[in-house]
Amino acid sequence: MESRLHLPPERITRGRELASRIVAPVQDFIDAHTTVTVERATLRLAGADGADADGVPVPNLVVDQVRDRLEEGALRFWVNALVRTGDDVVTLSRRVAGGFRLDGIPLADPVSLEAKAAELVSAASMRVRGNRKRREELLARHAGKNHSPLLYVIVATGNIHEDVKQARAAAAQGADVVAVIRTTAQSLLDYVPYGATTEGFGGTYATQENFRIMRAALDEEIERHGRYVHLTNYASGLCMPEIAVMGALERLDMMLNDSMYGILFRDINMYRTFVDQKFSRMVNAWAGVVINTGEDNYLTTSDAVEKAYTVLASQFLNERFALVAGLEPWQMGLGHAFEMDPALPDGFLLEVAQALMAREIFPEAPLKYMPPTKFMTGDVFRGVVQNALFNFASKLTGQGIHLLGMLTEAIHTPFMQDRYLALENAKYVMGSMAGLGEEITFRKDGVVVKRANQVLEEAVAFLEKVEGTGLMDAIATGLFADVKRPRDGGKGLDGLRKKGEGYWNPFETHLTRELGLGGGR
Amino acid sequence: MTTPVRPYGDTLDDGAVQLSFTLPVPFGPRGREAARLLVEKLGFRHAEVVHSAPLAEGFSFYVAYGRTDVSVDFDAVRVEEATGERVYTMDEACAVIREKLGRKLVVVGACTGFDAHTVGIDAIMNMKGYNHHYGLERYSEVEAHNLGAQVPNERLIDYAVSVNADAILVSQIVTQKDVHVRNLTELIELLEAKGLRERFVVCAGGTRIGNKLAVELGYDAGFGPGTYADHVATFVIDRLVERAAARA
Repeated sequence: MESRLHLPPERITRGRELASRIVAPVQDFIDAHTTVTVERATLRLAGADGADADGVPVPNLVVDQVRDRLEEGALRFWVNALVRTGDDVVTLSRRVAGGFRLDGIPLADPVSLEAKAAELVSAASMRVRGNRKRREELLARHAGKNHSPLLYVIVATGNIHEDVKQARAAAAQGADVVAVIRTTAQSLLDYVPYGATTEGFGGTYATQENFRIMRAALDEEIERHGRYVHLTNYASGLCMPEIAVMGALERLDMMLNDSMYGILFRDINMYRTFVDQKFSRMVNAWAGVVINTGEDNYLTTSDAVEKAYTVLASQFLNERFALVAGLEPWQMGLGHAFEMDPALPDGFLLEVAQALMAREIFPEAPLKYMPPTKFMTGDVFRGVVQNALFNFASKLTGQGIHLLGMLTEAIHTPFMQDRYLALENAKYVMGSMAGLGEEITFRKDGVVVKRANQVLEEAVAFLEKVEGTGLMDAIATGLFADVKRPRDGGKGLDGLRKKGEGYWNPFETHLTRELGLGGGR
Repeated sequence: MTTPVRPYGDTLDDGAVQLSFTLPVPFGPRGREAARLLVEKLGFRHAEVVHSAPLAEGFSFYVAYGRTDVSVDFDAVRVEEATGERVYTMDEACAVIREKLGRKLVVVGACTGFDAHTVGIDAIMNMKGYNHHYGLERYSEVEAHNLGAQVPNERLIDYAVSVNADAILVSQIVTQKDVHVRNLTELIELLEAKGLRERFVVCAGGTRIGNKLAVELGYDAGFGPGTYADHVATFVIDRLVERAAARA
């Protein structure tokens, strides 16, 4: 697509340079640390699964047993126990759930530990590679059947079996992506619940079994409708890496996964989040998952016109954090949102400027466009019109992943008919004006071009400031999202460990090599 | 005197009402007739299904119209809104605080429990406010503390005590399975257990919260959709002035 906004390429390059310089020192910190959930994610990759009678997951039981020796890596104890007992992973999981301790077993020789680990890495690789291959085959078989942008809907009943009904209905109505919203408390749980669940508030627990149930249902819908249906969940909160692993194992296609969202909007400790997001992104990269970043949140808390530049600045940072974790541009669903005040004169022009600007600056990324929420009022009739304009802007500017607005936003979680009406709205609007974007050029001195250039300039200026301050101090002093998050504040800091000299994580080593990343240990 | 009112379509007392709903039955003539009968059973005359569509296997969607003879006596309608007709503007509110309280009004707000939706509390408290109504942070005579989302009730209370707050504002957006009611009740119970209930003006807000529900749960007031900082400020100021007068 030729540039229609006359954005100066050197300013875009400057934005990327700054992002790279901002991220580099954080990356050094990340590489020197691990966390309880990184260790648990590693154990999950190595086959640790299940829960004890109180519902405490096996990966948590193992990490708790070796809590004081985490700087060595929890995997050593798991692999050692496998070598020493001769158990398979299922048996050992069951024994750990029954109270068996791994920390007192004398260490086997390093050669047999390495050999056992290589076996586990190979088993996990086979499964994840198989999932990737299956997805690629299905997408190829049904090429050209998905909408562009992908039409993305949410199910949120709290009961996975009810979610399945809603998701099947959405697939029948034309949805390309189904996201299962998590229960409202889950981001702050420092464990991932086990098994199928039927009770949640405002959403459904992300569990591996729930992933499996929904995947199986959507796979049937793919066959039925001859169209790939992507499954999405949330690799965010205190268990980012573990959920990424569960998604990799169960062939999820997309993960909400932002480098700073947890810090800013969930008050999770920044050290913890930075370390967690890296490992989760490496897993997502490996599994061929498309991440969706959370820039829309900047606009629901602050004004979408004034703070538009924070969205672009965050997109630059998310892109950089993604690149250094091995994600490729096609996997970067960088987020933004249609959240300006509908009463604002020419507001639609500003929305188009923002959306097209993102499109031009990140040409290969399947941008994730979020619908109006903040100015949805309960007037369902006006809501339909707002969503129609959002659909129009999205198609006009060539967005990649389009979260459908619901006319009942601000009233209740979607009814089945709400999703249907949203899909009909999008199909009509986007079909009717499909070629319009290609027909339009914008006046060089017009509102849209000026606005896009202004936002780019503001974003670069903001990144200059962040670079000068350092990212962690910038967050601590409230440069992002009008919220101050001290370095040692927030949830989850006690789960951070500096890696010791002998830190051992063959999965991390494997991922680093597979993804062609430098460094790592 | 009684004034019966009915819905108005294009003629007084025609009673015209629009409905839309989903039935868990397949799309087709039987579904359509079932929808029409349902609307009739609801008490509507001239029930008419004007549109139907298949939603999924075993589900269908209907848009229907009907006319009702039911009416309400408008003269007998009473509401329990937290604020009356008179709502202070920001400047008026600040003037009243200066004049009647003679010090800054301290307000602490939060979205409590596991609820992560700050949109409500932000609309009331953030500098920018919502829909061209400034939030409490912009009020020169208000010291506003917005604690954000997922704040435990205990922490909210401790914080309110530590800044010597006049008022506590609680937002609850997630209402699935009545989790908001449990959460709101817990706050009042904690305040009462600590002997602090009378120390604060305590207000609840959210998309599914009204004054009636909030008062039933032991709050001073509740605020639903369409509330701005103006309404909350007006209520809190008037309540504090009342309390001060009662003590004097």
